[in-house]
Amino acid sequence: MSELELQQVSRWYGHVVAVNGVSMTIGPGVTGLLGPNGAGKSTLIAMMSGFLAPSAGSVTLDGQPIWRNDGLYRQIGLVPEREAVFEHLTGRQFVVAMAELHGLSSPGQAAAHAIATVEMHEAQDRRISTYSKGMRQRIKMAQALVHDPAVLLLDEPFNGMDPRQRMHLMELLREMGQQGRTVLFSSHILEEVEQVARHIEVVVAGRHAASGDFGAIRRLMTDRPNRYVIRSSDDRRLAAALIADESARAVSLRSNGDGIDVEAVDFGRFSWVLPRLTRENDIRLLEVSATDESLESVFSYLISS
Amino acid sequence: MNATVVRLAFRSMFGRRRAILLCVLALVLLAVAVLVRVLAGESTSDASVVLFEIGLVLIVPLVALIAGTGVIAPEIDDGSIVYLLAKPISRYVIVISKLAVAVTCSLVFGALTMLAPGLILDPSYTELWLGSGVGALTAGVVYSAIFLMLSIATRHAVVWGLIYVLIWEGLLGGLLSGVRWVSVAQWASAITDEIAASSRLDPRLSVVYAIVVAVVVLVLATWFAGFRLRSFHLTGEE
Repeated sequence: MSELELQQVSRWYGHVVAVNGVSMTIGPGVTGLLGPNGAGKSTLIAMMSGFLAPSAGSVTLDGQPIWRNDGLYRQIGLVPEREAVFEHLTGRQFVVAMAELHGLSSPGQAAAHAIATVEMHEAQDRRISTYSKGMRQRIKMAQALVHDPAVLLLDEPFNGMDPRQRMHLMELLREMGQQGRTVLFSSHILEEVEQVARHIEVVVAGRHAASGDFGAIRRLMTDRPNRYVIRSSDDRRLAAALIADESARAVSLRSNGDGIDVEAVDFGRFSWVLPRLTRENDIRLLEVSATDESLESVFSYLISS
Repeated sequence: MNATVVRLAFRSMFGRRRAILLCVLALVLLAVAVLVRVLAGESTSDASVVLFEIGLVLIVPLVALIAGTGVIAPEIDDGSIVYLLAKPISRYVIVISKLAVAVTCSLVFGALTMLAPGLILDPSYTELWLGSGVGALTAGVVYSAIFLMLSIATRHAVVWGLIYVLIWEGLLGGLLSGVRWVSVAQWASAITDEIAASSRLDPRLSVVYAIVVAVVVLVLATWFAGFRLRSFHLTGEE
């Protein structure tokens, strides 16, 4: 049972702050590190894996600082985001070499077990340069597992995987979590995190935006005010009908006279009430489009709540 | 030293175009020696020129540049170095293992090749070609350590290495006598001349100074490379 702890961790590059005052504790089980691109997820994982010194604060594994502590790599398995591996080696040679570097007594056996775990035995004797993106991810996973680490850190592990490979890796991560390992993976895709991790940590613009059970955070995300642009056969009448309903907080006619801007506060009710109101008022809907569905807007809302 | 790091570094060196470049450099030196022999006959002075101007000042440092940067720079560039560093192994051990591979390449493609011009141009002068080999090995070891350290310290190690070899040693070394104090080729030349028991290679340094400074630079460069590798930063693609 290992625990990663970040206390008031900041990291800056010159005048650019990549991570700002983040505190979190990652315990056994699967934790998803969620945030849009550029939020600081890779910076956090680099600090957790001893590849970046925090500018302020501390990053520890079971109380020991990770930075410049080579011995801790016995407990850590790392799957970096970058694709490059030792291209001139076969998958098996690569994993065996990694097992040797860990000083394992039976590197061949450990490598065979890790390769079987990620289902790469069929391609293990092919050069890594011939591997697809998904196969590379799996062989990277095998090298991270070869020494049976208590902590597994994965930076955007699902990138480039096809749906079947993705499902398999998700299953693997769930198993690792159930075995009592501390598994942390980063992703910018909500649905990926949802399927694997019950516990999530959300980072936005270098700040720790939310932490906790996925269900609660998911509800916060779906219940946030949503903005839409709606065009119809009678915008003014539709605006009046919508503002009379409690699902909308603000409605305004667009300045160019083409459509209305609506801010809905109850997404579930709004999606049900809109078609009913148009039907009752004999209005024809021409267009309904969400204007703030980007992850950034979702995360921004999380910070403000 | 770690045997796995050494094995991976060898495979990396010879799995790429670098191995071809190393062979080409060695062949260039041999070809020049053969050409001079054919055109000018057996000559100690010609042998000295080929050994110093082409061998020590050009071929040996270029071989070491390819070997010293080749064992680590590509792995730093593409990020695959992380698989070596995320292991319970001292970063100094990784540096020393990589240096051993670079030195071996310098020995095979630099020092051993440097025996040939002496043999071709002045075969009776045993001390000369033997001294050239030892001098070239010394230079190869020191250059390898410097270029390995540069590869870890900067992303532009090859550029800085070329500037040092071609401009500092190749150009300024011939124009300014003070350069010899900080020139690996001149230190190697002093050692070669000591073994050859001759001043025909024009040494202007004492051999003691040359040996001491070569050892100091080797130790400092290796230490600094390990020190910098301990602070290696990995960042993702975001």
